[in-house]
Amino acid sequence: MADLADMQVVDKGLEKAVAGLSEERIQEVIGSVLSQAVAGRLKLYLQTCVHCGLCAEACHTYVSRDKDPDFAPVAKVKDTLAVMLKKKGRVDAEFMKNAARVAFVECGGCRRCSMYCPFGIDIATMIMTVRRICSLLGVVPQYIQDTTNSHSATSNQMWVQPDDWIDTLIWQEEDAQLELPGLRIPLDKEGADVLYSVIAPEPKVMAQLIANMAVVMNVAGIDWTMSSADGWDNSNMAMFSGDLEIMGRIERVHWERALELRVKRMVMGECGHAYRGAVYDGPKWLGWQGPPLPMIHAVELYYDILREGRIEIVDKLTEPVTIQDPCNIVRGSGLHEKLRYVVAALCDNVVEMSPNHEHNYCCAAGGGVINCGPPWKLSRLKSIKVKAQQLGRTGASLCITPCHNCHHGIEDIIGHYQLHMRTSFILELLVKQMKMPEGVRG
Amino acid sequence: MTRSASWSWETGSRTLADLGELRAVHREVHEPAVSPDGERLGVVVVRGDGAFAVAENGELWEPELERAWHLRYTPDGRLTALVRIDDMWTVAVDGEPWQRRFPFVWNTGFSADGRVIAAQVKEGMEYTLCVDGQLWDRSFLSLRSYALSADGRRAAALVQVEELAEADTEKFAQGTWSVAVDGEPWEQRFIGLWSPAISPDGEMVAVQARTDRFEYTIAVNGVPWESRFACVWEPSFRPGGAGPLAPARVGSTWRLMEEGEQLWATSFVQLWHLRFSPAGERAAAVVAPEWGRFTVAVDDRPWGCTFGDAVLPPVFSPDGKRVAATVGHRRRWTVAVDGQVWEESFDMAWMPVLGPGRGPVLAKVQRGGEYGLAVDGRLLSQRYELLWDPVLSPEGDKVLLRGVQGGKYVRRVVPTGELR
Ligand code: SF4
Ligand code: SF4
Repeated sequence: MADLADMQVVDKGLEKAVAGLSEERIQEVIGSVLSQAVAGRLKLYLQTCVHCGLCAEACHTYVSRDKDPDFAPVAKVKDTLAVMLKKKGRVDAEFMKNAARVAFVECGGCRRCSMYCPFGIDIATMIMTVRRICSLLGVVPQYIQDTTNSHSATSNQMWVQPDDWIDTLIWQEEDAQLELPGLRIPLDKEGADVLYSVIAPEPKVMAQLIANMAVVMNVAGIDWTMSSADGWDNSNMAMFSGDLEIMGRIERVHWERALELRVKRMVMGECGHAYRGAVYDGPKWLGWQGPPLPMIHAVELYYDILREGRIEIVDKLTEPVTIQDPCNIVRGSGLHEKLRYVVAALCDNVVEMSPNHEHNYCCAAGGGVINCGPPWKLSRLKSIKVKAQQLGRTGASLCITPCHNCHHGIEDIIGHYQLHMRTSFILELLVKQMKMPEGVRG
Repeated sequence: MTRSASWSWETGSRTLADLGELRAVHREVHEPAVSPDGERLGVVVVRGDGAFAVAENGELWEPELERAWHLRYTPDGRLTALVRIDDMWTVAVDGEPWQRRFPFVWNTGFSADGRVIAAQVKEGMEYTLCVDGQLWDRSFLSLRSYALSADGRRAAALVQVEELAEADTEKFAQGTWSVAVDGEPWEQRFIGLWSPAISPDGEMVAVQARTDRFEYTIAVNGVPWESRFACVWEPSFRPGGAGPLAPARVGSTWRLMEEGEQLWATSFVQLWHLRFSPAGERAAAVVAPEWGRFTVAVDDRPWGCTFGDAVLPPVFSPDGKRVAATVGHRRRWTVAVDGQVWEESFDMAWMPVLGPGRGPVLAKVQRGGEYGLAVDGRLLSQRYELLWDPVLSPEGDKVLLRGVQGGKYVRRVVPTGELR
């Protein structure tokens, strides 16, 4: 039984789009996406499924919604793509509105389910196909569409004007110099070893993180730079809204900025989906087999500089701390061991969530779900009760979240389920607990 | 006559600036810039009292600055910087700040001859362009990128002309962007616009235009091509040609289009960075003949070698006969010339420099944290802390090397035959 409250949510993006949508147009778009080859492959997936239900137990929405069968991964496909295939695209606007709700809000493409499916059936890819169809028809939740619009108009996620971006860098450099005199955020430095890119919410609402990274880069003695020009933002909500053309365009801007500056590698801040966009989905659409330069996630950077002794930790947290494994860098890229190495250097009392590592539950914010905005917040939080229980069982007072989506998603969970816990990026701990050069800090 | 003909091509070395000395005197010495003729090195320094200054060949500019960055030499050798004085920003040229001051100014750009200097400006809460110190009459809700014509007489910028309330996705889809040419916006509105380009005669402005949610084309002087595509990349004008050319995506492959019609017969998995020979008779682009493999196609014929990481924009020799590009494969970088790859590879390689005739191909490269010069694939023994692209003399018989060794900036002219 689907959640009636969810079905009554008014999302302007969906309402307005379906109002003028003809069945001919729907059929045409579905036909164009589900070409014979694609349809054949998807049908094979659906025929292979033996309805064993193993994927259902793996899905946080199903488990959190008291095992409501409507939230099982297979049900999400059955209610959307399978019908489109069966009816050869002859579905109506109301059907599309519901399909959009399921595809954008009830599945974040976390890929946990495929890990448990004996046949490895890739539910997330099928759901992303539904999103692509929705996007082509303009049936996209308002807020994630707005984010995609920002990517289109500005190459960044949050309508950041170019002067605001540069001004933020200058201001963050001046701020960080109070902590570390002589520190620099070198802008547009050709031939640097590292180009550091961030997601647009950093200059918009968490600018301190840029100053923090500047401190780490300077103390670790890394030859680095940041871009004053477009390409500085590595986020990519177009990847999740189904607008692959804008997804490809902004990944091109991001990577070409690094190539223009002739850096040797790119380092990105603590974000999961941006890693996926920059390393997998973006390059693939552009014809690259992988990113044209190595992409180092912040967790890998911290791991390297700690191991190499380029920064030293002088203060460790003793409170109980737990770790959120972000889907895109752990299930997607296996960074969980490096993540633990880094956290162990900072915290004495790590209490693991269970399950963890690649088996960890998603935060329910990723995959563009949190970007669907306020109308869907309650639904998202109902779908992640299992994470609240998981967090609560650890007894930890701090959850380390090396991903912006996880960070906000878990903050919302803490608020909604009234957990006695706070969240932190690794970077925030690192700058407080690392050894500063002689004479800089008491 | 090319501009470089008037430079000093007398062989020998001259030490023109000492970064070590600057570092001993000042609290900070930032990344230097070097003039095209190699005669001057400019660098931002932070003095002991925290004030910023620009030092050129060791001499400090007069005005005291609260901040200075983005040092760029114009093609005719003037040094520009973005500077903050009394909490307002402006452009300083050879030490002279523009009269006008702004809440913010950035992204200086120059005409091909260097005579015209432009920059993006924020005034009040609006955005506009400033060309040689003169603001456009109109300002806009946003201004995101611009182009100058070769002679600098015309400027075109992408501007937001319609207000957009927060999360107003409906209005966005109706088109809120336009192109302002010399300050006057086109009547037409578009959902998205990218990469303005101005024709060599300054008569045409072309942009990538998003005409519908999933429909792209090239718009020229406000008029979109009739054909629509799944995506397009940046338009460019062929020297001596008519309308613009641009890559366009049809289905899932890319084609080269000229004024809306397919020009090259081949479709590629990717096609971008179109470049023309100086006389315009040949065109080269970076292409992917198959997924994950990149190369250069010249007049629709891809080179036989392909590369896995990336191929950077190709460059023609001045006579248009040869084409070279920086190529990346398995995390190493080198240069390929007419489909032949250099044997040595580097941590990074810059854009190759070609002279007329069959002279050597040069490239600045990086290995082990140091810079060097590679000539026809061989890395010369000299190492530099910093190096700028080599410049060949108009006849191609000499090369101008601009590099920092032992903290000192040295300008050196060497006969090409003696490069070793
Ligand atoms: S949310 Fe994750 S586990 Fe659930 S259906 Fe989607 S991909 Fe599968
Ligand atoms: S685990 Fe696989 S086979 Fe079993 S129900 Fe899920 S998709 Fe079908």
